Amino acid sequence: MNATLRYLTEPLIANNPVTLQILGICSALAVTTTLQTALVMSGALTAVLVLSSATISLMRNHIPNAIRLIVQIVVIATLVVVADELLQAFAFEVSRQLSIFVGLIVTNCLVLGRAEAFATRNPIGPSVLDALGNGLGYSLVLIIVGTIREVLGTGSLLGYTLLLPQAEGGWFEPLSLMQLAPSGFFIIALLIWAIRSVRVEQIEKPQHQLSRSEVEQ
Amino acid sequence: MTDLLLASLFHQNLALTSFLGICTFLAVSQRFETAFGLGMAVIVVQTVTVPINNLIFNGLLQDGAWGWLGLADVDLSFLKLIAFIGTIAAVVQVLEMFLDRYVPPLYRALGIFLPLITVNCAILGGSLFMVERQYDFAESVVFGFGSGAGWALAIIAFAAIRERLEYSDMPRGLQGLGSAFLVTGLMSLGFAAFARVGL
Repeated sequence: MNATLRYLTEPLIANNPVTLQILGICSALAVTTTLQTALVMSGALTAVLVLSSATISLMRNHIPNAIRLIVQIVVIATLVVVADELLQAFAFEVSRQLSIFVGLIVTNCLVLGRAEAFATRNPIGPSVLDALGNGLGYSLVLIIVGTIREVLGTGSLLGYTLLLPQAEGGWFEPLSLMQLAPSGFFIIALLIWAIRSVRVEQIEKPQHQLSRSEVEQ
Repeated sequence: MTDLLLASLFHQNLALTSFLGICTFLAVSQRFETAFGLGMAVIVVQTVTVPINNLIFNGLLQDGAWGWLGLADVDLSFLKLIAFIGTIAAVVQVLEMFLDRYVPPLYRALGIFLPLITVNCAILGGSLFMVERQYDFAESVVFGFGSGAGWALAIIAFAAIRERLEYSDMPRGLQGLGSAFLVTGLMSLGFAAFARVGL
């Protein structure tokens, strides 16, 4: 495969930010009760990620090493403020549902992580592709989890009724657990299980090992 | 006040119901001792930063906060993100120097975790929740301590469970991260049950 395109496709599944790198999980769980909030959050995060990676990559030769974290946080925070204000201006309802989680993109370890690990060391082209790929990988997980939680939790998707609930004369009993916090954890756990059943190499090595005598007992 | 304390400790637990600081929660919970150190650091930083950010927001950034200067139309609340993250970074830095000078054992115990806390979203999230829920100063002290202690409680309990989990016989794909998510989900269910408990 073309080496440059790799930056874009690698983070989709093989090196997914949420299921493998453990980055950006807070928002992945919190905003996925409906597909709409998941989509808006994905868009906001991907935009901030791409723009911050591009900016930091352009500035990378001018930032003194000692204060690079502060510079990165300021760049990211500025972009997040802009994104937050834009959402409040043009999508007020959704921005209320997202509550503090747009603001929390500032400390989203995915954005800072990619800036620190990739954009500070690479030219702008690969940095943007890497940011876009990671943003899309993150969005993919959010969309899957958001779809499952909204369909099973309310029976509808983006306002269209897919499974008619019992209250309206249908057969479907909405699973209210899907709208609560724990289901997010369970769905991501199952997602990780599914990915790792196919890609066995992603399983991390155990921290502790039983010694032989313990195993034999 | 006790209601607020209990709520922030248990059923509105930052880690388990608002998903704040989950990245750190999953990454730094493989050993009990490190989880304990991080938990303590979060309690200290959270108890200090939430009240300070409360003063900054109410005194400087809020809509109409400059009214006494005749600038009643000035609304700087869009600056809260940058102001809060600056405060947090500064508090962490000062705390680090203070502990290094006066309480060296604690400084050594917390080690690398203090600087890492700057980018822990539980800390920034705590301050943002404080603004969204419009806590006054006293409430923000209680909320800061309660939510920090709740986060510490969650990660310490989780690390203890996770150490045992290493020895359990899991399906291969679930080993490690997968099982960690499942356990967190179960803990989240358990903490939600405290919603009906009051004093």
